[in-house]
Amino acid sequence: MKIAVLSGKGGTGKTTVAASIATSLEQCQYIDCDVEEPNGAIFLKPDIKESLPVKVPVPRVEELKCSGCGFCAQACQFNTLAVVKGKVLVFQEICHHCGACLIACPQGAITEMDREIGVVEYNEDGTFMQGKLNVGEPISVPIIRELKRRVKNDMPVIFDCPPGASCTVVHSIEGCDYCLLVTEPTPFGVHDLKIAEQLVRKVGIPFGVVLNKALQANGSVQEFCGRNDVEILMEIPFSQAIAAYYSQGLLPAEYNPEWKDRFRKLYEKAERGVQG
Amino acid sequence: MEGQVPEIIRKGREGCTGLKQIAFVSGKGGTGKTTLVSSLANLVQNKMLADCDVDAPNLRIIINGKVRKQEDYFGAKEAFIDPTVCLKCGLCKETCRFGAISEDIEIIPFKCEGCGACTLVCPVEAICLKEVKTGRTCVTETPMGTFSHAMLDVGAEGSGKLVTEVRKNIDGFKNNEEWVLIDGASGIGCAVIASITGVDAVVAVSEPTRSGLHDLERVLDLAEHFQIPLFVCINKYDLNREITALMERFCKNNGCPVIGKIPFDPSIIRALQEFKTPVEAGSKEVTEEIKSIWRRLTVEVMSLGKS
Ligand code: SF4
Ligand code: SF4
Ligand code: SF4
Ligand code: SF4
Repeated sequence: MKIAVLSGKGGTGKTTVAASIATSLEQCQYIDCDVEEPNGAIFLKPDIKESLPVKVPVPRVEELKCSGCGFCAQACQFNTLAVVKGKVLVFQEICHHCGACLIACPQGAITEMDREIGVVEYNEDGTFMQGKLNVGEPISVPIIRELKRRVKNDMPVIFDCPPGASCTVVHSIEGCDYCLLVTEPTPFGVHDLKIAEQLVRKVGIPFGVVLNKALQANGSVQEFCGRNDVEILMEIPFSQAIAAYYSQGLLPAEYNPEWKDRFRKLYEKAERGVQG
Repeated sequence: MEGQVPEIIRKGREGCTGLKQIAFVSGKGGTGKTTLVSSLANLVQNKMLADCDVDAPNLRIIINGKVRKQEDYFGAKEAFIDPTVCLKCGLCKETCRFGAISEDIEIIPFKCEGCGACTLVCPVEAICLKEVKTGRTCVTETPMGTFSHAMLDVGAEGSGKLVTEVRKNIDGFKNNEEWVLIDGASGIGCAVIASITGVDAVVAVSEPTRSGLHDLERVLDLAEHFQIPLFVCINKYDLNREITALMERFCKNNGCPVIGKIPFDPSIIRALQEFKTPVEAGSKEVTEEIKSIWRRLTVEVMSLGKS
């Protein structure tokens, strides 16, 4: 089964939940799709053995063949190309690697070259994988695609998704069987939970909620879940002790077998959620 | 060519001239960035506010006002096939690099990047690109100043463009203000790049955790990449004094001043649950620290202009 762990925004404990499930299961693959700020490794402490550059094709213009007609710049929908004084300028960072300019050029003056935008790293048996976007690069989806090409099919897979609800999250949860939405009992938490809920409903994946930093009164989250027929699968109490361990890079499931058990149960609930 | 300024960056610089802009960012959300910005919104006079966290805009939850402008934003394109014209030759499908055209020659909307490559190869012009709505922008008049924000449609592309739009709106409504306080997007990708381009200073709001330290390193790289002065505020610093000390050392070694340390205070969570900012809810220690943060920040930013 493939489970995606997400939240409307970061900082709600998404990585804690994803990494805790990963440590609690006998065997599984953990994939950190939060390529802008991958943090799973801090908790899971994998032994990274391989680091593969993620390359994307960007256009290169052969000046001798180019007539300066500007068709390429017209075809490009992302303002990546500009023709100035008969010369084509390429703003590589914002290229979406679609190849439209190649097709548009009547002179065959455009070829492509590889450009590195980040890396995909993994441990020896590939049970831990993470992607990292290079600083200054705006486009992260190609790295998520590269991670998804390496998904294992013979064991549970846990995806730690990027925060937010934009295209990067859609690419991360695509193909997953179940989504866990992590939230916290503040007005922000409820607001962001609504956004995440809309997203998973739109993509059409079954889901449930994990309430982190739960207090005595979690009114707004519970009310929202009740009204929208969403199940709260687990509550993690607000505790200074957990926060202090977290700050050290330690997971509750590591120092307390009871938590290990609870996260295993969370996984089983998700499994039943897929069947039901 | 390399070294040229990409468009998103040029656009960022066009917006907002003449007033000082400060972007508050954190690698991850949830470090108290919005809490700090909303508190400053209570304290600072003569400023405008912008929420650039368009994925999950939180500032507007606690800051209400009268709407002055509200608009749908069309920030992306999508391909549409006219089935009455299509010959089902499959050329478009072969051309599309994003797997956005199905076996039955139908567009899969969330995979389509709107690049238009398919339109170029179709022999009968059966495909066209149409603009699609990616979000909604809004400018409100609040007791704390003019406030520009936006909400990205769920799963939409182009959060960076929407952020640029939020910042353009600030420019359209300015009225001799001195400051723009920007609640920035999180991460290091297009949305955060659009949040910080052209600002006078970036304030990273961090928590003393292993992952917070890691995120701070990435934010520092980003600020250096775009050559913007970075200041650091450590939130809940007493949660782990050891890592706080590590963070302070890290900041010192990298020449970015730590302008404040906010203690952990459960009353902040309670304040938020009542839709109040910590300053409004009256936690004295926190309020004093936030005031002092602003004093330091103004001094630092003003001296930047002079040097
Ligand atoms: S590959 Fe696509 S995005 Fe890149 S320059 Fe060519 S047309 Fe533009
Ligand atoms: S379309 Fe080809 S020939 Fe025309 S300007 Fe672009 S690269 Fe040059
Ligand atoms: S290229 Fe044009 S005609 Fe051919 S399948 Fe695509 S839309 Fe239809
Ligand atoms: S516009 Fe681009 S991404 Fe969309 S279907 Fe056409 S080729 Fe594919």
